[in-house]
Formats: sequence, C-alpha cells, structure tokens
Amino acid sequence: MPEVYVKVTLKKSILDPQGSAVEKALRQMGHPVDAVRVGKYLEITLSEGLDRAAGEAALEEICRKVLSNPVIEEYVFSLEDRP
Amino acid sequence: MKIGIVRFPGSNCETDCLEAWRVMGAEAEMLWHQETSVRGCDLIVLPGGFSYGDYLRAGAIARYSPVMPAVIRHAREGGLVWGICNGFQILTECGLLPGALLRNAGLSFVCAPQHLRVENAATAFTRAYAPGQIVSLPVNHGEGNYYIDAAGLQELEEEGRVVFRYVTESGAEGGAGNPNGSVNNIAGIVSRAGNVLGMMPHPERAVESLIGGEDGGGMFRSVLAGKE
Repeated sequence: MPEVYVKVTLKKSILDPQGSAVEKALRQMGHPVDAVRVGKYLEITLSEGLDRAAGEAALEEICRKVLSNPVIEEYVFSLEDRP
Repeated sequence: MKIGIVRFPGSNCETDCLEAWRVMGAEAEMLWHQETSVRGCDLIVLPGGFSYGDYLRAGAIARYSPVMPAVIRHAREGGLVWGICNGFQILTECGLLPGALLRNAGLSFVCAPQHLRVENAATAFTRAYAPGQIVSLPVNHGEGNYYIDAAGLQELEEEGRVVFRYVTESGAEGGAGNPNGSVNNIAGIVSRAGNVLGMMPHPERAVESLIGGEDGGGMFRSVLAGKE
C-alpha cells in the first residue's frame, strides 16, 4: 500500500511569524539565510488493498478538508509504493 | 432561553461559562461533544480551551466532532451560536464564520486584560452596550491573530459585522492596542444573519467585580433580554 508524504504550508501571502523568528535567529548565528517558512509534514499509510487512484482521491479530500485550512494554507502530497 | 455549552476534550472554560450564566441569572447545561443533537437549546456556546490539544490547527479536529453537524444545522436555521476563543477558532474552521485565526504576530501567548470597542451594539449578543463603548475583557490565547483576505475584510467592514475591535484604554487602534496582530484590530465578528458570533476575548471571565471586572456581563444580559 502506498506510503504518503504530505506537506502543509502557509500560503505565501500569509505572514509566518514563526518562520521570521527562526530566520532572524539563523541570521544572528551567521548562517547565510534569506527566508524561512515553517510548515507541517505528515506521513500517512493508506489502508491495505487501496489502488492508487482511490488513494489519491482520498488524499485530496483528506488534505482539503482536514489537514489544511484553505483560507490560510496550501498542501502537496506524494504517494510512494512501499517496497 | 435554553442554553447549552459544548464540552470538547480539552475545553477549559466551559465551567466558567456555566458559572457566568448562573451569576447572570440563567441556568445553562453542558453538552458533550459526542452527542448528535443540541437537545433543543436556543443558544449554543462553544467555550474556550484547547479542544483536542489544538492538534493540527486550533479547532481543526473539534469541527468534525459528532455534535458539530447539529450545531451547524442549528446555526443555519437561525439559532444563536456563541464561540469564545477556541470556540471562535472552531467557528472559522467549520465555515460558520469567515477568516481564520493565525499564530499571534509577536509569537507570545497573550494573557491580560484588554480594552475593546463595541463596534456593533445592535446584535443579539451586544445590545446591552452603547455603540462605541469601551470595555475591558481578558484575552488568553496564542492563536488569536484574525486574518481574512482583502475582499472578505471589506465585506465584514461594510456590513458592520466587526463587533469588537482591540483598542487602547483611550480608544486608539493599533500599536500597543492590538495584542496579536489581527487585521483591522478585529477581536470579534458576527455572521451575516447576526446569529453566530465569534470572539477571542473572554466575557465569561468578566461578570463579577471581584475577578476580572463586570464588563462582560452586558453580553449575557443582551442574550437574556431577547428570550421569549
């Protein structure tokens, strides 16, 4: 069954105070950093026996309705077949 | 007026709400998040706290709890719904109110008395106040930075749906008057039909002079004045 990796990030138009704080700290330490955005990363194992198309459809709904808030966030996911 | 307060796992202001209603002369009852009806209540309160640990996003999991379809149905039928703090976050997550609550701009959790201006004193929740009245209510949140896109903001402002705005004691907006970076200093809004209100400050913690002051009492009186 596919292993799914999901990234949820704040839309570019939304200020990310967490990212700004991390960015400032990194710069203060002398690291060559221009920008930092903080987001979420999730690993999901879909149910046994699900084909790829059904998995993708389920994932779309999961990401849109639950894992992200479309008012402020966007998401990407990738499916990889487990060895 | 039958009043129900929804208790989610992680709610922590539901008992304060119950006590506030008692102080204001009304009996409220507790609704459990696993129930699938609102037991015919006229007003549903979604209290503050950290429902489901604020996991994923504040309010993101609570909005899918079994009681919420009944709360949403109640709101769509014109029933009163009042979300305070985490309750406001749940109301934006489930789409009963527009916008979203982001991490506070300064990253700090804010916990202090806060001055607010009553911008709309014509709602079922605020009619006991005078328009433009400045009140002091406690704020207590880490994610109260109200955000809405430019079109949505214009709509809220034009329709007079901003109910409370953060201000300084003298009524100035912005700067030290805004504790969390909320757009247009918005502290509370109401739905277009006026029956769903969400706010970050805690009026239930301001109904007795001994603790927190009495400025929150007007909201309870407003609601009770409208009872059949």
